[in-house]
Amino acid sequence: MGRLAITAFVAAAIAFWALPMLWLVTAPFNSHPGLDVSWPDWTLENFRKLSENPYAFSSLKNSVYLAVGTMLGVTVMAALAAYSLSRVRIPGRNTILYGLLLLSSIVTGTAAMVPIFQLMFALNLVDDRSGVILVLTGGLLPAAIFILKDFMDATPKSYEESARVFGATPLQVLRHVVLPIVRPGLATIAVWALVNVWSDFLTSYILLRDPTKLPAGVVMYTFYSEGGQANLPLISAFSLVYALPVVALYLFVNRRYGFRFHGGIKS
Amino acid sequence: MTVTSVDAAGLGRRRAMGLVTPALLLVTAFLVVPAVWTVYLGMTDYRLTGIQAANPQFVGLDNYRAALADPDFRNSLWLTLLFVLGSAVVGQTVAGFALAWTLRGVPRLVRGVVETLVLLAWILPSSIVAFLWVAYLSGDGGTLNALLHTTGTDWLLEHPMASIIVFNTWRGTAFSMLLFSAALGAVPPSQLESARLAGAGTFAQLRDVVLPHIRGHVLTNTLLISLWTFNDFSPYLLTAGGPNHASETLPVFIYNKALYGGQLGYGSAISFIMLVINLVIALFYVRLLRERR
Amino acid sequence: MRTISTHGVRTRVLAVVATSLALVGAAACDRSSSTGTSPSQNAGAKDVTLTITSNSIAGGKNADEADWYAKYVIPTFTKQQKAKGVNVTVTFQPSGVDDEQYKTKVALDLKSRAGADIMALDGIWVGEFAQAGYLKPLTDVAGPSVTSWEGWSQIPKAVQANASFEDKTYGIPAGTDGRVLYFNKKLFAQAGLPADWQPKSWQDIIDAGMKLKAISGVNPIQINAGTAMGEATTMQGVLPLLVGAGSEIYSGGKWQGDTKAVRDVLTFYKTLLDQGLENKNFQQAAKGRDQSFAAFAAGKVGILLEGDYFWRSVINPDNGDAPMASRNSDVGWAFIPAREPGSGVGGSNDVSMSGGGGYFLNPNTKYPQQAWELLQFIGSPDAINALLHGSAKITARQDVNEKVLSSDPFLSFVSQKVLPVTHYRPGLAVYPQVSQALQQATADIVSGKSVDEAAKAYGAAVEKAVGGADKVSSS
Repeated sequence: MGRLAITAFVAAAIAFWALPMLWLVTAPFNSHPGLDVSWPDWTLENFRKLSENPYAFSSLKNSVYLAVGTMLGVTVMAALAAYSLSRVRIPGRNTILYGLLLLSSIVTGTAAMVPIFQLMFALNLVDDRSGVILVLTGGLLPAAIFILKDFMDATPKSYEESARVFGATPLQVLRHVVLPIVRPGLATIAVWALVNVWSDFLTSYILLRDPTKLPAGVVMYTFYSEGGQANLPLISAFSLVYALPVVALYLFVNRRYGFRFHGGIKS
Repeated sequence: MTVTSVDAAGLGRRRAMGLVTPALLLVTAFLVVPAVWTVYLGMTDYRLTGIQAANPQFVGLDNYRAALADPDFRNSLWLTLLFVLGSAVVGQTVAGFALAWTLRGVPRLVRGVVETLVLLAWILPSSIVAFLWVAYLSGDGGTLNALLHTTGTDWLLEHPMASIIVFNTWRGTAFSMLLFSAALGAVPPSQLESARLAGAGTFAQLRDVVLPHIRGHVLTNTLLISLWTFNDFSPYLLTAGGPNHASETLPVFIYNKALYGGQLGYGSAISFIMLVINLVIALFYVRLLRERR
Repeated sequence: MRTISTHGVRTRVLAVVATSLALVGAAACDRSSSTGTSPSQNAGAKDVTLTITSNSIAGGKNADEADWYAKYVIPTFTKQQKAKGVNVTVTFQPSGVDDEQYKTKVALDLKSRAGADIMALDGIWVGEFAQAGYLKPLTDVAGPSVTSWEGWSQIPKAVQANASFEDKTYGIPAGTDGRVLYFNKKLFAQAGLPADWQPKSWQDIIDAGMKLKAISGVNPIQINAGTAMGEATTMQGVLPLLVGAGSEIYSGGKWQGDTKAVRDVLTFYKTLLDQGLENKNFQQAAKGRDQSFAAFAAGKVGILLEGDYFWRSVINPDNGDAPMASRNSDVGWAFIPAREPGSGVGGSNDVSMSGGGGYFLNPNTKYPQQAWELLQFIGSPDAINALLHGSAKITARQDVNEKVLSSDPFLSFVSQKVLPVTHYRPGLAVYPQVSQALQQATADIVSGKSVDEAAKAYGAAVEKAVGGADKVSSS
C-alpha cells in the first residue's frame, strides 16, 4: 500500500472515531446544551447543578464497588478455569464452553429478569450489591473463559516445562510463569469486564432498592422529567463524570500492561 | 495418555477440575439456572401482571408457533441478521483488521491516538454513547449534517438500519482490532518478506501468508462479535426500534414485547429462538473455518 | 474410558443444576405459601418501620415528590406518631426510570410478597395488579374501618375509580388530569383564526389546520401518532378521538376491533397526514414527542393535543422542560370536540381522557394499621398542600382544589369543565397490548398504509391479544 493511501486511511479513521465524541467535550460546558455540537461558553454551571444531586457522586463509588468486585471475580475465576481447560483435556470442555456462551446471551436479555429476580430473592440477595456482582459475574464468565482459553492455548508450554524441571509445583508454575506471560490478556479481560458492569442498568435497577447503593448506570436514567424529557444540563455533565473513570482506567492499564491481546510468542 | 502431552505444568485432571469448579459453580447458579428457567417460561403464557401472573398456563410450543407466524418477528429476525452481517461480520471485522494491518507501519504516536480513539468508543457506557450518536446524527444541528452539508437530514429516521450498522461498527471495532493486532504479531515477518520479494501484492500476501496463520483468531473473533451483536440492545437507545419497526432487532423486539406488552412467556420463547440461531451461526463458522486446518 | 468420564462430568453438572433448581423452587414456594397479613397484626406495636416507594428521586425525575416524602411526609408523620408514643421509622425508596420499568420492579417485589408498605402507582395498573393477586382491597388489608376516612367525601366518585377495580377500592387517589387542545394564539391571529377558538367537530380542526398551513415554518397540528411515543399516542391521540367517534376502547366486556369508530379515527389521521397538517418526523423519531414540545414552545406548532401536565410542567415558563416565556399570553385552550356535535360517547359534544395515580397499601405489610395511618396522612389536605407548595395542580380532593385552582384559569377549566366529560382507560392486564395495537395502527397510517389495511391489521392484533373474537366488537 502506498504511503498516501495509508495516511488517508488513518486520517479517515481518526475522523470517524473522534467526531461522534465531540458532544462529550462541548455539551457539559455549555450553559444550554442541546442535542447538537456547538462551541460552548465554558461554564461549570452544569457541574454545579450536578453537585447538588444527592446520588450523583455516591453512585460512582457504587459503580466502582460493583465493577471492581465483578472484575476481580471474572478475571480470577476465568484465568483459573481457562488455564485448566487449556492444559488439561477435560472431556466435553468445548461443548460445555460453547453451551455456556450461548446461555449467557439469554441471561443478559430482558426476558430473564423475572427468573433472576426470583432466584436472588430466594437467596436473600435483593438489595445487596453482592447479588448484582454474582449475577453479572455469571453472565460475563463464559465469554471471559472463552477468550482467555484461546489465549492460553497460544502461549508456549516450554517455559512451564522447564519450571517443572527445576521442581516448581503446578500452582507455582501458574503463578510465577504463566500469569506474567498472560498478563496483558488478563488486563484486557479485566477492563472488558469492568466496562460491561460500568454500563449496566437493568440488573442493578431490578436488584437494588436502597438509593445509596445505586450505581451510576441507574442514576444516569434519573435525569429525566415526569414526561420522559432528558435533562441535558445534568446528563451532559454527568456523562463526562461517568466516563472519566473508565477512560482513566484504560490509560492506566495501557501504560502499565499494554492493553492488547498477546499472541506474539505463539510457538 | 493424551493428558500429559499438553499438561506442561503437571496440573493433573483432579487439580484442573478443582480450578474450574469455582467458575462452574457460579455459572451454574447464576447463569444456567435463570437461563433454564427462562426457557421454561417460554413454554407458558406467563405475564408479570394480570390473571396469567397468578396462574400461568403451560402452553407447550404455542409461543414458538406464534413467533414463527408473526410478521413482526420475521421482520426483526431479518433485521438482526442484517445488523450482524453488516456491523459485525463485515463492519467490525474489516475495520478491525484494516486498522491492525495499517497501524503496524505508522509512527508510534499516530498509532497511539488511533488506538485510543477506537478503544474509547468501545469502553464508554452505552447510555452516554447513545447521546453522542443522537447528537451526531440529529436532523437539526447534527454534526454529520454540518459536515456533509445535508442540513435537515434525519439519519435515524431516513436510514435507520444503515445508522445503527455504522454506529455498531464504530462501537465495537476495538475488539477485532486488538485481537487481530495480536494475531498479526504471530505471523513470522520472514514469510511476509519472502512473499513480498516474490512479488506478491498486498492481497496475495494476506491470502497466502497471513490468513493461514490467523484462521483461529478470525474464528474466535467472528464467533464472539456475532454473538454479542446479535444480542446487542444499544440500537434501542438510538431508534427505539423505529420508525415503525424499521430497526427493531430481536433484543429490542423482546424488550418491547416483554416489558411494554407484558408478554414474558412470549419474550422468553424468542430468547430461546435467538439461542438456537446463535448456535446455528456458530456451527456454520466452525465448519467454514476449521475445515482446512 | 473417555465416554465414561464424559458421562460422569455431565451427570455431575446436571446434578448441580437440579439441586440448585430444587433449592430455588423450595425457597420460592416457602415464601409464597406464607399467608397475607391480618388487618390487626401488630396494631399495638410501639416500634414500627414503614417504607414508601414511588417513581421519583431527589435531583432527578419528579424531584418535588421525592423531596416532599423526605422533607415533609416522613418527619411530620414521625413526629405525630411520637406524640402518640409510637416510634416509627419511615424510609423512602426512590426510583427514577420509565414508568414501565418502575412497574416491573414493583410487580417483582409484590410477586415475591416483599416491597414497600406504601406504593405510588399509576391507576391504570390497579386491575392487572389485583388480578395477579399483588394488591388487595383496602378493607382486606387494613380492615372495614377504612371506609370511614374523612377524605372519601372529598374525592369525586370518578376520581376514586382511578384507584379501584371491579368496584373495590385499593388505594387513595393522588389526583387526576384532563386532555385538551392547546393552540398558539399568535399563529391563530396570523392565520385569521379567533383567540377564543372552540372547534365543534374534527372538520373544524382540519379547517383551522389548513389556514395555519399557509404560515411558513409552522407545524399546523400535533396529535400524537406512531409507536415511538408509546402510551402518549394512545392517551393523547387515539382514545380521545375514539370517544369522540362514539366508542370507548373497552365496554360491555368487549374491546374495539376493526369497527367504524376505529376507522373514523384512522381516517382523521389519514386526512391530517395527507393534507400535510402533521409533521411525520415528530410521529416517527425516538424523541419525537420532545421535539414537538420544543417546537410548540418555540411558537412553531399551531394546535396540540395534550394533558394538563403539558401546561404545568412542559411549557411552564418558570421550570418547564420546554419553557415558553409567553405561555400565559400566547397559549389558548379548547375542548377536544367529538367527530360531530353529539357524536361522542353518550351523545356528548366535547370529550377528554383522564388518568391519574394513587397510593396503595402492600397486602404483605407487617404493620397494616400504621401503614393505613400513613396513607391517610399522605391523603390529608395538609400533606397535599405541602406537596403543591403554592403551585397549582388538580388533586384528588375537592376541598384542596377549590383553593389551589382558583388562581389558575386553565386548571380551573380542566377541573370544572373537562373532568365532567372525561373518560378513563380500562385497567386490565391486556390493555397495554391493545394500546400497542392502536399505536401500530396509527404508525401504519403515518407510513402510508390505507385506512382499511391498518384497521384490518389492528382488528387481527386485538383478537390475538385478548384471546378470541368473542371479546372483540367488529362493527
